[in-house]
Amino acid sequence: MTDTPIRHDEETLGVHADQATAGTSSGEVVMTLRDVAVAFGGKTAVRDVSFDVAAGEVTALIGPSGSGKTTLLRALNRMHDTVPSARVTGSVHLGDLDVYGPGTDPTLLRSRVGMVFQRPNPFPTMSIYDNTVSGLRFNGVRKKALLDEAAESALIAAALWDSVKDRLKAHGSTLSGGEQQRLCIARALAVEPEVLLMDEPTSALDPIATKRIEELVGELKERVTIVIVTHNMQQAMRVSDRCAFLLMGEDKAGELIEFGPTGPLFSEPSDPRTLDYVNGRFG
Amino acid sequence: MTAVLDAPPDPAVERRRAVQAAAASSLGRRKLASRVALGVCWLFLGIAVVPLVAVIAYVVVRGLPAWNADFFTHSTVPEGYPGGGVWNAIVGTAVITAIATAVAVPVGILCGLFLAESDGRVAATLRFTADVMTGIPSIIVGIFGYIAIVRNTGGYSGFAGAFAIGFIMLPVIVRAAETAFRGVPRSLNEAALALGARRSTVARKVVVPTALPGVITGVLLAVARGLGETAPLLLTIFGNQYLQWNPSKPMEALPILIYNYSSQPYADLVQVAWGAALLLMAVVLALSIGSRLLAAYLRKERR
Repeated sequence: MTDTPIRHDEETLGVHADQATAGTSSGEVVMTLRDVAVAFGGKTAVRDVSFDVAAGEVTALIGPSGSGKTTLLRALNRMHDTVPSARVTGSVHLGDLDVYGPGTDPTLLRSRVGMVFQRPNPFPTMSIYDNTVSGLRFNGVRKKALLDEAAESALIAAALWDSVKDRLKAHGSTLSGGEQQRLCIARALAVEPEVLLMDEPTSALDPIATKRIEELVGELKERVTIVIVTHNMQQAMRVSDRCAFLLMGEDKAGELIEFGPTGPLFSEPSDPRTLDYVNGRFG
Repeated sequence: MTAVLDAPPDPAVERRRAVQAAAASSLGRRKLASRVALGVCWLFLGIAVVPLVAVIAYVVVRGLPAWNADFFTHSTVPEGYPGGGVWNAIVGTAVITAIATAVAVPVGILCGLFLAESDGRVAATLRFTADVMTGIPSIIVGIFGYIAIVRNTGGYSGFAGAFAIGFIMLPVIVRAAETAFRGVPRSLNEAALALGARRSTVARKVVVPTALPGVITGVLLAVARGLGETAPLLLTIFGNQYLQWNPSKPMEALPILIYNYSSQPYADLVQVAWGAALLLMAVVLALSIGSRLLAAYLRKERR
């Protein structure tokens, strides 16, 4: 593969060549959120959110129900585009790319910012293999060698390869719930996104399956920057490097109360409300 | 940048480049395919909507001139006489539909409840029967009504027509009610059972009220369906050019009037048929739209 056509393609994406490798070197900022707010039909669901997502880290969004964690997460890959009444204001950047910029194509953006949902949702008509490479096919990848390579790599990364390598043609529904969720993670990883959004990925799973997913999250951050929503504070402590604590304000709109490295945020939070929440006094 | 190039190629990064290159280079093609698909959807929507709008518009244009105060208050008069209306047909249709509805609604709703709550062989048979009933050509229902009622009761009557129309409405109500009752979350059922409620109480206090918007929609759509049926009435109520409130006698009905008058060689009778067609269409349309609005209102009330 020569260098020139790649540069050309990255220019159409609106990023520089070095941003395409973001996620491999930690410390850099991959996503920037500034004054992000989401409203549905004029009613604000979450507002005033500003923080940076660091490359190669796990950033957790924590807070009680209704604090807008999931709403905020879905603003990062423009999933709210599919909801006619939803309006996102403020700015979200992926590297140099303005996520809500007029020239930004949401489908190209989503091939760079993947997502895993609360409940495992493998495509029921597709085999395990087809599920894994579905994102690549959606994005126009046809080369069998690349599909095979990506499938194997993603399934290995999702700790699923050993149990499914002999039955790649089987349907995804033959897997257990935890395995289905790892298949969904593999499906998201196969596209090699720079950021992976995870929306309470263990809420529908039993404790053992949850543990495996949590271990997986720790391993995956080598490869992809992760933003994870969780209502489980222990989980946030176990898996995340940084935490954003959101809380429902007086007008029922979620707000960012505190953002910082996970350890200090839990041990010596600067806001009394954070202290109350992490000590389990409410929520 | 140089550091990246000098380092040994990371296969994941290579794949990311390849995927993003493929995504970017196929974007134009994908957008075009998307636009073409959307265009085809619009085209076929148009093909479906144009005849519908054309029929409505044509009936309105042809039927509206027939509408005046007499049209709704006077019965039909023979060809050559001035004035006259379709009051006898309105009365007939109203009486027949009311009787059919009064019988078919309770039976249909209870059948639907049984189908939703039971999964035995009886339910399966009943469900299959209801599906078959939906598919029976309405002229067959008319023949059945003629043989079963008209021949055994000594003549054409509104009751025979109501029987035939009820037969048409019943399976529609059964399946609509079943769907509505099945839509009630199992957890609500279980919540009531866990409080010590009997199954009959659960049905009365939880399942039926929760499913009510869906049931009402189904009933109104079934009534709309019954209003427009012609073939079952042709062989059961015969038609009657005079006003008749008694359903044990032959009656007139809007579809029958339209059928008979539209094939007459006299322009003023054909005009009456157009007016009746517009009236029937307006009532059916109002029922369809009304059922949707009512269901939406009831669902909103609940939140």
